[in-house]
Amino acid sequence: MIVRKSDRVLVQGITGKQGTFWTEQMQAYGTTVVGGVNPKKAGQNHCGVPIFATAKEAMANGGFDVSVMFIPPAAAKAAAIDAIEAGAKTVVCLTEHIPSHDVMEMHAAAAEHGTRIIGPNTAGIVTPGEGFVGIMPAFNPRVFQPGRVGVISRSGSLGTLVCLNLVRGGHGQSAFLGIGGDPMIGTTTKDALAALIDDPGTDAIALVGEIGGSMEEEAAELVAKTDKPVVSFIAGRASPPGKKMGHAGAIVTGDRGSYASKRGALERAGAVVVDVPGDLPAALDALMAEAAKRSGAQRLAD
Amino acid sequence: MNFEEQAGKSVLARAGVSVPQGRLCASAQEAEAAARAIGPVVVKAQVPTGKRGKSGGVKLAATPEEAAASAQAILGMEIGGFPVARVLVEEQAAIAREFYAAVLNDPASRSPLVLFSTEGGMDIEEVAATRPESLRRMAVDIRKGFGPADARRLLLGLDLGEAAVPVAAMLVDLYRVYRQHDAELLEINPLALLADGRVVPLDCKLTVDDAALYRQADIAELGAKEPLSALEERGRALDLKFIELEGNVGVLANGAGLTMTTMDVVSHAGGRPANFLEIGGEAYTKGTEALDLVLSNPGVKSLVVNFCGAFARTDVMAGGVIQAWKTLNPTIPVFFSIHGTGEDEAVRMVREELGIEPYDRMEDAISAAVEAAR
Repeated sequence: MIVRKSDRVLVQGITGKQGTFWTEQMQAYGTTVVGGVNPKKAGQNHCGVPIFATAKEAMANGGFDVSVMFIPPAAAKAAAIDAIEAGAKTVVCLTEHIPSHDVMEMHAAAAEHGTRIIGPNTAGIVTPGEGFVGIMPAFNPRVFQPGRVGVISRSGSLGTLVCLNLVRGGHGQSAFLGIGGDPMIGTTTKDALAALIDDPGTDAIALVGEIGGSMEEEAAELVAKTDKPVVSFIAGRASPPGKKMGHAGAIVTGDRGSYASKRGALERAGAVVVDVPGDLPAALDALMAEAAKRSGAQRLAD
Repeated sequence: MNFEEQAGKSVLARAGVSVPQGRLCASAQEAEAAARAIGPVVVKAQVPTGKRGKSGGVKLAATPEEAAASAQAILGMEIGGFPVARVLVEEQAAIAREFYAAVLNDPASRSPLVLFSTEGGMDIEEVAATRPESLRRMAVDIRKGFGPADARRLLLGLDLGEAAVPVAAMLVDLYRVYRQHDAELLEINPLALLADGRVVPLDCKLTVDDAALYRQADIAELGAKEPLSALEERGRALDLKFIELEGNVGVLANGAGLTMTTMDVVSHAGGRPANFLEIGGEAYTKGTEALDLVLSNPGVKSLVVNFCGAFARTDVMAGGVIQAWKTLNPTIPVFFSIHGTGEDEAVRMVREELGIEPYDRMEDAISAAVEAAR
């Protein structure tokens, strides 16, 4: 799930305006882009890489690991299933407003083929200094610096703000995992947390949550089991219940998906949840100092 | 998009599912006439929300006169914030048993979920808590669908007697309608077994995925219109995500997560946000329209502009706001926090063209705006 320079990236919809712009940005940053897909322009080159008619053709001609989709909602299902059936390890689905039945078909196909879907409605993933996939400003050094804090966010804009706050507070990132704001995303908060807990380059984790669903509550189980410090901010405390706040997944129905439920679950598991995102770096400093003291004491005891 | 009971039932009827005989009525006279044609009826408020029975929005009527009186009492009520403009006058069924049935999108399994319970008429949360043994659930592989064999497997071990066959057929029908119409939820509560052995939906709650309405044009006209304020209507026409709230601090931010967060920090600082409005994604070029929308709310006493650009360029968004500010020439104070893509240019523009110094920390910009709104 954490993007590496060795990951070969295919861009579905590479020739569009956004596809072109972000492919150039990814390439300039160091991401290994090996090709693009556009059935009408197959055989040509674009952004210095070959265009294929399908993801399957790309797999048969050199192969790829990760596909990123710059594809409008009505065509997203077919594109995702093409990549999944081609054998993509990961599909990063940026598209917002894909009909939910199409999303379920994508997930069913992904489960069958062992493909990880990140998204839909994600801004993508970044590993500072190595590469990025999607539409995050990885190239902005005020937002992203190589470091040892893993960041999980359902939102690109809020994730950007949190990364900016961390860098100002002296913390670079081991990885940014944007998982998306839809109700049925392929990679959950818990999945992303598990990846960061397993990552030897990650010392601490900033978990940025949102009202709606129960992903933060489920992730809290892992927070309780890890020694890595976890700090968190949950967005949507002031949002009126019953209204979709831009993200389709951010809606509180009854007691489910509420701010209090998420904050309570994370705090009981040992995370520090802050009131405003600007407080995240200080909370992280305090937890990391404590963890360092603990491991120092452990070394002395050994 | 939500569908009122009557609209949901007409979607079922169009798909070949047998529903009770009934008429939609907007007056006591119409209700009386309907009852005269149908016989003993039940008169039900038509609003796109639940809890109608508990609010007094459902009444039995044995005679046409009673139907008229019931309709008179229910029309004009307000249920869950919705004024009742129409009632459904429907035949009284000879009910032998009541069940619960639903098909819905399940985020946990990322698949359709079929639910059935022998405890009809109750909230499903309550059933799950108090009579879990009566509740069956089945996650469906959406590519394979849900057929008669699946329905029989789902119902296995429940004491349904001869109703098992028509209930199974109904579940298959409900799944078909759910699938055919891109539903997020199709819930029948109660699903009734009648004295004559038929199984019929006595209520229907249908929610169709807004993102799929482009391919559901044939039923979209039946759906309930979302109750929007005049400003919210204007926002929708501009394709902006705008929700009007009761506060006094106007909020303009990009991206759903950052906009929600801006509202949170306004509240945390002791203020009240006046709106949700995000101009991220493709909407980031609409700064002018967006600002006009926020300022059109007379309750707004100060404004926070909070941009954190990733995909959205802050210089483009700030340019739109500056242009709008010069055109509209508002008298309220505005507080900026700008970071991310195009930040240097955006900050310079705000400083030079509006003579305003953006704040470095968004929390500080928001505190200042909350203070100014007092």
